[in-house]
Amino acid sequence: MDEVKNNLANVRHTILVLSGKGGVGKSTVATQLALGLKNAGKKVGILDIDLCGPSIPRMVGVEGHDVHQCPQGWVPVYPDPNLAIMSISFLLGNQDDAVVWRGPKKNAMIKQFLTDVVWGELDYLIIDTPPGTSDEHITVVENLQSHNPDGAVLVTTPQAVAVGDVRRELTFCRKTKLRVLGLVENMSGFVCPHCAECSNVFSQGGGESLAKECQVPYLGNIPLDPQLANCSEVGQSFIEAFPSSPSSQAIQRIVQSVLASTSTSQDTT
Amino acid sequence: MSEVPENAPEHCPGTGSEDAGKASACQGCPNQDVCSSAKPTLDPAVAEIKERMSSVKHKLLVLSGKGGVGKSTFTSHLARGMARDENTQVAVLDIDICGPSIPRIMGLNNEQVHQSGSGWSPVYVDDNLGVMSVGFLLNSPNDAVIWRGPKKNGLIKQFLRDVDWGDIDYLVVDTPPGTSDEHLSIVQYLKGAGVDGAVIITTPQEVSLMDVRKEISFCRKVQVPIIGVVENMSGFVCPNCKNESQIFPPTTGGASKMCEDLKIPFLGKLPLDPRIGKCCDEGNSFFDEVPDSPATQAYLEIIERVKSYCQKEETIMDCT
Repeated sequence: MDEVKNNLANVRHTILVLSGKGGVGKSTVATQLALGLKNAGKKVGILDIDLCGPSIPRMVGVEGHDVHQCPQGWVPVYPDPNLAIMSISFLLGNQDDAVVWRGPKKNAMIKQFLTDVVWGELDYLIIDTPPGTSDEHITVVENLQSHNPDGAVLVTTPQAVAVGDVRRELTFCRKTKLRVLGLVENMSGFVCPHCAECSNVFSQGGGESLAKECQVPYLGNIPLDPQLANCSEVGQSFIEAFPSSPSSQAIQRIVQSVLASTSTSQDTT
Repeated sequence: MSEVPENAPEHCPGTGSEDAGKASACQGCPNQDVCSSAKPTLDPAVAEIKERMSSVKHKLLVLSGKGGVGKSTFTSHLARGMARDENTQVAVLDIDICGPSIPRIMGLNNEQVHQSGSGWSPVYVDDNLGVMSVGFLLNSPNDAVIWRGPKKNGLIKQFLRDVDWGDIDYLVVDTPPGTSDEHLSIVQYLKGAGVDGAVIITTPQEVSLMDVRKEISFCRKVQVPIIGVVENMSGFVCPNCKNESQIFPPTTGGASKMCEDLKIPFLGKLPLDPRIGKCCDEGNSFFDEVPDSPATQAYLEIIERVKSYCQKEETIMDCT
């Protein structure tokens, strides 16, 4: 445990991005949050612990890069001097290779990511997780205990099916005493580019009512914007490319809330 | 099974070998502990499961490397579509232990499993459609199943061995995203009984296809036949102006292109219809609620393809 603490000694804030449900946009939110924090002048790292389905490298446009070894450990990939990325995808020979691992191997890998990666000085380390409440989640929270993570941002989509899984993730946070920085509702409504009619493709309002019911901060909703999916596909920063989109503004607000809630937690410690 | 890892020392006996972790070459190898502790002994449950599964004609897996692409939605529709024929007995097994969605989608929220002399009884949606999920074993919707691999595997084993499925034509297994414990376990436990094949679900974007390619590698590695790939959420028709938009853009050609490249069958596209999501939330059958949607037609065509695949399997089995 102390190894983790020592290795992350110069990382000021650690935030986990969680969701019980898959495909709700954890990686997209993690990426855009990191890019937003970077735009706010912070040094940011993203650690992708989704070992079976790593998406972060593609979303920040560094797919296929290699990790280098230095005497202190593994050097993350830097798409920008203020952005450090680490993902299992950099360690795979072929992008189509499946990581067919059971729990113990995944746990060892995650521990290594926390102890052996030379993160250096970071203002924020964002940890993107796979869906669920299993090995990866237990391991990362256990190992981060000594380092005192700031908390978790939970992502959901509006449907009852997704909200049901995120409810379980909230229980996970409670049980592991992980602070919930807030809940984001992604894919909230789709504005038809042809007629400007807003359709609720995946229903509406589920995230906000869950946040209210469970008394966690609601960070807002990100409307469905095909441009956002597109930016994730080509590894572009959405808030830089489309600053006027309502989704961009929603992401900016989330970045601001995260900045606000983590700076207070820094003052109290 | 006898694989030699890339980073192994020169005279590695192979991870599946009797000497794994014990040979002199293993001294100092970083994998030594793993090799010597994890002996691949055959679980006696495999034989018991084979016995239990002898009354199940076809076993199908619904897989996807990516989460939230519609595995559970597809599973429930596949089962419901097949069960439209009263003479076909269908069962759904949900092995997504940490995020079971099947109970809600099937309209079985708050149902409990009953125990009988011959094991756990599935919960029935209809006379010919039974369901089993960890969701039926939880006390409250807030309950999180915070389990590591071995406990999840134990439950999957129980689902296969101790559930009183009865005589069934199709058992459809819904899985969590990824290529990890649950997937390895279901494949290993069903090895004796035999899996007909897997249907792989994806959405059109490359971010999803990337993970799905990994799932295809997984199927090839563990020798599960691939029935085909379904592209879900491919195109959204505005209910107001009827124009189609690509919410999840197929920047690299989508699933059909991937299937062409990897030489696997493409089963079809399912359009994004907000009514599908709504029916799933409410636990209604989309086929009954919106029989005229283009999505209904697309679903039925895909279900027909899956069925005919299984029947072809059957005739091949009969001949041999």
